[in-house]
Amino acid sequence: MSTIVQPVPRNVGRRVGRTALDWIPAVAVFAIGIGAWQGLVTAFHVQEFLLPKPTAIGDAFWTQKSALWSQGIYTFKEALGGYALGSGLGILVALLFAAWRPLAGAFMPYAVAANAIPIIAFAPIMNNWFGLLNPFSKMAIAAVLCFFPVMINTLRGLTSVHPSSIELMQSYAAGRLSMFRRVRIPNALPHMFTGLKVATVLSMIGAIVGEYFGGPIEALGVKILNDSSYGNFTDAWAGIVMASLLGIVFYAVVALAERLTTSWHPSARAFHTE
Amino acid sequence: MKAVSLKGVSKQFNAGVTALDGIDLDVEPGEFVSLIGPSGCGKSTLLRIIGDLTKPTAGTVQVNGKPAERARRDHEYGIVFQDAVLYDWRTVAKNISLPLELLRWNRGRRNARVKEMMELVELTGFESHHPWQLSGGMQQRVSIARALSFSPTLLLMDEPFGALDEMTRERLNTELLRIWQETSSTVVFVTHSIAEAVFLSTRVVVMSARPGRVAGVVDVDLPQPRTSTTREEPRFFELVTQVREGLAAAGAPLGETQEPALVEDLQ
Repeated sequence: MSTIVQPVPRNVGRRVGRTALDWIPAVAVFAIGIGAWQGLVTAFHVQEFLLPKPTAIGDAFWTQKSALWSQGIYTFKEALGGYALGSGLGILVALLFAAWRPLAGAFMPYAVAANAIPIIAFAPIMNNWFGLLNPFSKMAIAAVLCFFPVMINTLRGLTSVHPSSIELMQSYAAGRLSMFRRVRIPNALPHMFTGLKVATVLSMIGAIVGEYFGGPIEALGVKILNDSSYGNFTDAWAGIVMASLLGIVFYAVVALAERLTTSWHPSARAFHTE
Repeated sequence: MKAVSLKGVSKQFNAGVTALDGIDLDVEPGEFVSLIGPSGCGKSTLLRIIGDLTKPTAGTVQVNGKPAERARRDHEYGIVFQDAVLYDWRTVAKNISLPLELLRWNRGRRNARVKEMMELVELTGFESHHPWQLSGGMQQRVSIARALSFSPTLLLMDEPFGALDEMTRERLNTELLRIWQETSSTVVFVTHSIAEAVFLSTRVVVMSARPGRVAGVVDVDLPQPRTSTTREEPRFFELVTQVREGLAAAGAPLGETQEPALVEDLQ
């Protein structure tokens, strides 16, 4: 037949992310940014309480690194606990809503309305409910923050299935469980990860802001707050750097999990063929 | 026993639009029947009624002597849509074996059948590709392989090549005829291309629009097997003219069989 097409070799080229060469521009921007910061602060004699030099922050970070690490881990555990709780509930509720639409009809308006509430305002209340020193008070804030983006994105993924996909499964007389397992859930994965990635950042915000309203001395948010109150702004900045590093690593880990589980997604096609 | 038997099938949509009105049609086993008509004549709706994906408002539908719903539950037919409807998260091989999984075939049997189907649609070597790595024509071949994987006796096709370019379409037409003969299945094929309908079919059912009715039937007596030279035979052109006149008599504006779909989109 005239229709034979040769298979193209699979996985040609780059499989896992960028090569070192692709990172050069990003690294250059980082270096220039830090350099400009250092240069401007030095040139204009900016007061340290306004903006410390990057080198000073680096020094502070290095000398306090073991304390920062344990404080960071303490706060990160709160964030992670809240993340697991909020995201888990979000996915569960999305599955329930998708499986039983009347439920979604009854509860969605309230979920949307609740999302419009600045949840962080509840931080002092949570501290009051669960106790200032109880990590669960911070987990609760992080969990509430994570819940909505994960739930709404997962739900969208579960329900935005092409009508023909549903007809196809109907033509095979497939049951509801099959429909979820074979179509709706795989279809939801990329959407769900969008929510899960947003939630990593939100969980760190929830934990740290929760700590600003009071928490144990071994927490990173409390450290940043105390350093600021005593005028040790360079130390506070070092704390912020630790918080940022943890947030970035958290995000990167979830992004990697996304890569690994949804490598089939067309958005990943650049990693298959170049 | 008829492969498909429609008696007095009517379909009204909620908006009060009559999509189909009193359709009577029998399809014999082994036939290749095309439904052709202007957009809005309900030909896709009729195909979905045969497949029990839409219920008729009136009339009876039987597939292989069974009521449509029973036939669907018994996997009597495979269906191919205009979009290939392949799942991105599955490889080509896994897309083809989807219905086999649902039928609880064991892995060995599934793999053997997938291999057979890959050969049938000439895609061997692409097993582990993902759908979006294939061209539109190749995707549609995967879709056909999937529809035939569990050896249904009836193949329902809803404008399967409508989105493809002319050359790919003609090539796949020839392939489809080969597959039809190799698998000795019955095909009900929806199209709005007159040439495609005549080239493929043993019988062309011409439909009129609003409400959708059977306006006429053209028996295609072109010899089998049909090849690319079939399209150059005088008899081919006579039949094309016959179908075109049938469409004109049914009230389809000539040269305008692709007007925007109204009724079919309502569902």
